[in-house]
Amino acid sequence: MKLSKTLLATSALTVAAAGAYAAGHGMADKMTLVSWGGAYQASQQNAYVAPYIEMNEGVSASWDESSAEAVAKLRAMNEAGNVTWDLVDVVAADAIRLCDEGLAMEMDHDEMLASAPDGTSASDDFGDLIVSDCFIPQIVYSTTFGYRTDMVPDGVAAPTDICSVFDLETYPGKRALEKRPINNMEWALLCDGVAKDEVYDVLETDEGQDQALAKLATIKDDVIWWNAGADTPQLLADGEIFMGSTYNGRLFSAIVEQGQPIGMMWDAQVFDLDGWIIPTGLSEDRLARVLDFVSFATDTQRLADQAKYISYGPARLSSAPLVSTHAELGIEMAPHMPTDPNNAANTFLYNYEFWADYRDDIDAKFQAWLAQ
Amino acid sequence: MTDAATESDKIPGSTPDAMKSAAGNAENGPVLAADGTPLKRSLNRALRAQKIRALMLIAPLLLFVLISFIAPIGDMLFRSVENQIVRDTMPRTVTALADYDAAAGGLPRDEVFEAAYYDVFYAAERKLHTRLGSRLNYELTGASSLFRKSGRGIDDIGEVYQDQFDDLNGDWDEARPWAELMGDPDWIAAQEGWDGSGRMPAFELRSDIADVLPRTAASYQIFARFMQVEEGDSPLEEEPWTVVHTALYQDLSERDVSGYTGPRADMLQAAAALVASPDFETVAFRDGFDEIDEDWVDPAIWQTIKTYSPAYTSGYFLNSVDMQKTPEGSALRDEDERIYGLLFQRTMFMSMVITISCILLGYPIAYLLSNLPSRTANLLMILVLLPFWTSLLVRTSAWKVMLQQQGVINDTLVWLGLVADDARLTMINNQFGTIVAMTHILLPFMILPMYSVMSTIPPTYVRAAKSLGATNWTTFWRVYFPQSVPGIGAGSILVFILSIGYYITPEIVGGTSGIFISNRIAYHISSSLNWGLAAALGTILLVVVLVLYWAYDRIVGIDNVKLGG
Repeated sequence: MKLSKTLLATSALTVAAAGAYAAGHGMADKMTLVSWGGAYQASQQNAYVAPYIEMNEGVSASWDESSAEAVAKLRAMNEAGNVTWDLVDVVAADAIRLCDEGLAMEMDHDEMLASAPDGTSASDDFGDLIVSDCFIPQIVYSTTFGYRTDMVPDGVAAPTDICSVFDLETYPGKRALEKRPINNMEWALLCDGVAKDEVYDVLETDEGQDQALAKLATIKDDVIWWNAGADTPQLLADGEIFMGSTYNGRLFSAIVEQGQPIGMMWDAQVFDLDGWIIPTGLSEDRLARVLDFVSFATDTQRLADQAKYISYGPARLSSAPLVSTHAELGIEMAPHMPTDPNNAANTFLYNYEFWADYRDDIDAKFQAWLAQ
Repeated sequence: MTDAATESDKIPGSTPDAMKSAAGNAENGPVLAADGTPLKRSLNRALRAQKIRALMLIAPLLLFVLISFIAPIGDMLFRSVENQIVRDTMPRTVTALADYDAAAGGLPRDEVFEAAYYDVFYAAERKLHTRLGSRLNYELTGASSLFRKSGRGIDDIGEVYQDQFDDLNGDWDEARPWAELMGDPDWIAAQEGWDGSGRMPAFELRSDIADVLPRTAASYQIFARFMQVEEGDSPLEEEPWTVVHTALYQDLSERDVSGYTGPRADMLQAAAALVASPDFETVAFRDGFDEIDEDWVDPAIWQTIKTYSPAYTSGYFLNSVDMQKTPEGSALRDEDERIYGLLFQRTMFMSMVITISCILLGYPIAYLLSNLPSRTANLLMILVLLPFWTSLLVRTSAWKVMLQQQGVINDTLVWLGLVADDARLTMINNQFGTIVAMTHILLPFMILPMYSVMSTIPPTYVRAAKSLGATNWTTFWRVYFPQSVPGIGAGSILVFILSIGYYITPEIVGGTSGIFISNRIAYHISSSLNWGLAAALGTILLVVVLVLYWAYDRIVGIDNVKLGG
């Protein structure tokens, strides 16, 4: 009892001291940013964290590579009453979940974020990509297929159609698919004759779900199911599979940076979003710092800068014309962006609302189907 | 003692104890200690002091274990039955649903829709409705977006009334007139005089207003308190929520307010006249909900709320044995959704196989270790421990390189001509891969206890058996092996219990047929956020382990388990 009182008193003193210091500046001088690690986090560090720290003397930022478990960890922190994160990078579906759970702060995008250079408000600049009131979009990425160019059978054209995933006769060899229903069910229905705009209507029904699983069953024996985005590039590099789905940035680095004999099959790529959320319950000085940072980090130039380091499309409309060349290799980045017109001839839009509702149900079915 | 006492009746003074007790009996009083207190009490006191001292010595550890281990686990396990969110978020609806017969189907009474209107409205203001939606979505697909949508659409019902009152008199959409109608004059004065420092004076209802307009008063009070506590705003400056207008309409349509003479009486009388006029537009709560989403007029959502309205539920446990709660009781899930039974079986089966392979591989090594000269034994020991010090992920990934179809083993087999190039063996992403990788990872946990037991078996026993004419096999089987059984027992328990909780290795090399129940627990903890279900699965796993431990104790005896000499 006594010990905890002493501890409380000490921490209260520390908080008071920190508060007194911060009050002078109005903003905390430390930030904990949460991201995915790897090349993606490096692109964030280079494009806006390092410049921000340079501009603001005395401010430091530390990284926590926990985005994959962000939802669970944030919930645990919130229950413990001690949120140590200031800004969290999550995919859009997780942002919606966190917003629903009351763990992410609702934003006024126009008021809190920078406008485009031509004066377009932030909400217009981001447009439809603001899929949740809590979500600050950063990049557009896509889940798409890569294939081994040297394993395409002789006399057959390289695959350019999503349905070649299900065509074992023309393109023999193993496939890698993500071990969850999202995207796989949609692709299966598309290749089973369902029109693109009816996919989710069909997937709502039990028959539609069975239809998708039946289509997937035709290749089940030849599929390696992956959990981490790095699995597919590795399996492709080892020649374990002929084709596999993963995030386009992973394939970009395997092809361009490592020179692997891999080709991109952009057909029916599924766009998804990644962005920031601010946890609820931050103290005033921390919140002030985070808002200051996030407004800088998601302005038009900074998002365009990020594309120098990784092949993900900036979420702002106004950033697209500013996308230039790769920071080290010097190649044009635009043709490698999922949003490039040549790559985006046939794209598929991920339906967040649908999956928020059906995720639990379809996942149970999908996992039971996998385990059989 | 009793024997001695009875005997002492016959032969007094035969033993010192008996002598003392006989002496006590003779004086008809208790035995006294040197300071005159009864011996028993004095002894107890001395023992108690000792016990307290011992307890104090272990107190830090005990507290540490309690706070950092037992309490969190208890808390987590408790979540497997806890279900207060429905009751807390929709208290009025739960009460109104009390006499709703879920099994009969059909829609509930209008009062339920009315209660749900108020509940959803307040929950939406407190941003709790989506949380309830996520919770109910585990049971009813679509609940998540239904609640999200309702949070946005629930205003529409009240706006019908708000607009009409506002058209009648703009004051109905102003903060101040409402505050005067509802608030206690003393509170209004205090709120006006509040200088912004310290606590805001808590809102008080005017003494008689709750009798005149009960619903409106209750609703306005919730609004005012929320503004003060959550938003830190003065109710004098905030126009009320549309739910207050709905409540006002309800009050005015049910009650006669002509006798009211308090502040803003004219405004209220005019509103009452408006409500009484045939032109006044109303919305039935049921229609309002139908307008928001037609799922509200589907019995399924009401059945689910009713089924999950108790504060504690068996739903998570039913879920984790492939059953579900239905209005008619619990029932098995559809065949294509059953997964946990299969996974529990598979977890048990594979853990057994891993344990047995560890015994088979570990026993000879432990035997060798304990019988070699110490220099060689130490070298071997380092080889056993080396993988122990390597990261788990590195070891698992190394197995990937070894076992995959383009991997080292397959390449060697193809090179040797044992396997055709187009028929390479599938050794990973299935049960085989999991068993191989986990056997390797858990092997040290088997070898170490075996080794420490075997090294205490005196070599003379073996020599004695041989000198008495036993064959090598008989010596081993009849003399050596029985003495090494405690080591096997300890190793098996360790390996088995560790392996049923593993999930990283199966996740990486297990594919679809080699995953464990722990993989689903991890999924529910980190992805689906269904912590209740994860807790229920975890509880079942814990109980299974305890039962197995109990059975082991019954069959082998836990005293026969040794971790060391």
